[in-house]
Amino acid sequence: MATVRVQLADFDVGAEMAALVSGRPDIGGIGCFVGIVRDGAGDHPIAAMTLEHYPGMTERAMARIAAEAERRWALLGCTLIHRVGRLAPGENIVLVLASSAHRQAALDATAFLIDWLKTRAPFWKKESFSDGGEAWVAARESDEDAADRWGGR
Amino acid sequence: MPASVPLRLLYFAGLRERLGAAGEEVALPAGIATVGALMAWQRGRGPAHAAAFAADSRVRCAVNQEFAQADQPVGAGDEVAFFPPMTGG
Repeated sequence: MATVRVQLADFDVGAEMAALVSGRPDIGGIGCFVGIVRDGAGDHPIAAMTLEHYPGMTERAMARIAAEAERRWALLGCTLIHRVGRLAPGENIVLVLASSAHRQAALDATAFLIDWLKTRAPFWKKESFSDGGEAWVAARESDEDAADRWGGR
Repeated sequence: MPASVPLRLLYFAGLRERLGAAGEEVALPAGIATVGALMAWQRGRGPAHAAAFAADSRVRCAVNQEFAQADQPVGAGDEVAFFPPMTGG
């Protein structure tokens, strides 16, 4: 049973974890990934990152990715929250939580979920540079490879 | 669905900016029945479209909010979205 949300507002990781384990004493662990806006790492610093999505389709794609994780691992719930709009360096972009009775399923499912979310849900990032320019982030082959390593479609 | 019902086209991210439109409604062009044929039709609409939908442009497509390949059928009343490779996460 997955929680899937696309939102402008920030998320509270602790509150989302608490919601995931509430009433579920069978959960033995939670895998967690939080994606954060980087500052552009020196050579071309960014002032902001703007996230665009395809309302309706994005949520459906996220629900399908969550369902695929639940098919592959014995999960006891997962949470996918992706922010959209203009975000400054240091702000949260994405949250993935996957809970299970044991750590391996929780950790593996978390890695799978973020890998597929990056390349198989309709989101696009645009960088606004500190010197005034803007550019859409190019899709990276390494992200495709990371998604492909899990097999399937 | 009768052919008089328009096709709803949507454009996202860099593709939206190149074409200067987030979407449009068009009458289903005669003889167009697949995503691949629709993309070929887009290339013939002018220089901006020709560049945006060039064969090496890696434009992705969804029909009625499901990812679609070139051989996917399209018809009147469908919502067809075109967009660059996705960069979420």
